[in-house]
Amino acid sequence: MANLIVVGISDFKIAKSPDVLITYALGSCVGTCLYDSTLRIAGLSHILLPEAAICKNDNNVMKYADTAIVELVRVMEMQGASRYRLTAKIAGGAKMFATTGTSMGDRNVIAVKNELQKLGIRIIAEDTGSNYGRTVEFHPEDGCVLVKSVMHGNSTL
Amino acid sequence: MENFDNLNDIQKDVLREIGNIGGGNAATALSSILTGKVDMSLPELRIVGVNEISMLLGGPEKEVVGILVPMTDDVKGMLLFLLDKEFTHMLLSVLLDKTIDSFENINEMDMSALKEIGNILGGSYINAICGLTALDIKLLPPDIAIDMVGAILNYPAELFGAMGDKVLYIEENFFSGAESIKSHLLIMPELDSLNIMFKRLGVD
Repeated sequence: MANLIVVGISDFKIAKSPDVLITYALGSCVGTCLYDSTLRIAGLSHILLPEAAICKNDNNVMKYADTAIVELVRVMEMQGASRYRLTAKIAGGAKMFATTGTSMGDRNVIAVKNELQKLGIRIIAEDTGSNYGRTVEFHPEDGCVLVKSVMHGNSTL
Repeated sequence: MENFDNLNDIQKDVLREIGNIGGGNAATALSSILTGKVDMSLPELRIVGVNEISMLLGGPEKEVVGILVPMTDDVKGMLLFLLDKEFTHMLLSVLLDKTIDSFENINEMDMSALKEIGNILGGSYINAICGLTALDIKLLPPDIAIDMVGAILNYPAELFGAMGDKVLYIEENFFSGAESIKSHLLIMPELDSLNIMFKRLGVD
């Protein structure tokens, strides 16, 4: 039976078909979906901030783009995935409050892209920026990513 | 104090008292806006992780109106009101004589009215803090987002990630006739500002 595996904020999880990964309500956070299509291994990371240097005394590597992505790749490789086969789809990085908000969403997207580039992982689809929240559902069966929103409908990456 | 995780009991009581007085002011303000007597229950104050708040409101995908009111001068930080559908509908029906059945039908005029409510409620709580501490606090113009509560909460989470994930959360029930509505408020002074407040009150 297929399980729905929930990825929280500052968290990542790995799944294989028929299980499905989901992370709810990305605002300025970024969800990164990594997929090895040969083994059908999927990893989903939900980062809150771009760099670990922002917070002192915090050792949750899954919270920051510059520590989470490389760690997710390492754990996926331990399960047999190869980084040379991995592709990425990313979503999130919105600016929720128009006038008051910071550009943290943009910074998160840029940081995730930098990390993926360093690791040589290609981004094949993205749905980022703008001003609305997104829920991401990631299917290891075929690597399909469903992005759901309240005001802007659903899209498939 | 280094973060909200290590507030002591007296400091928590002080914050609860601010919530009480602020809530009373808010009920009075709502009474005059809604032209009927508005009572409130004792506010419930919790120090919670930002991520737990979405669960308290019914899950991260629950649609809410988020009204952000930045604070400046002696106390810097922000207030974030989270209004659920019922509260929003009640406010708009009284203020603009308008029935909305979905957040999708909220227009610019409605948003402007809701921001004004944020301003008034924000002033109620700020006056409580100013009254107790004799500090000067100014509110900046409110900002609004209508979306999944989890996504809206990313904003306080990203700003306060550096000082622990905990924030001050106040839940209050307002009663107007047979109707009961719940307000959810996050009070997020910057750490330096919170320490200034405690110092003024002799509980640092």
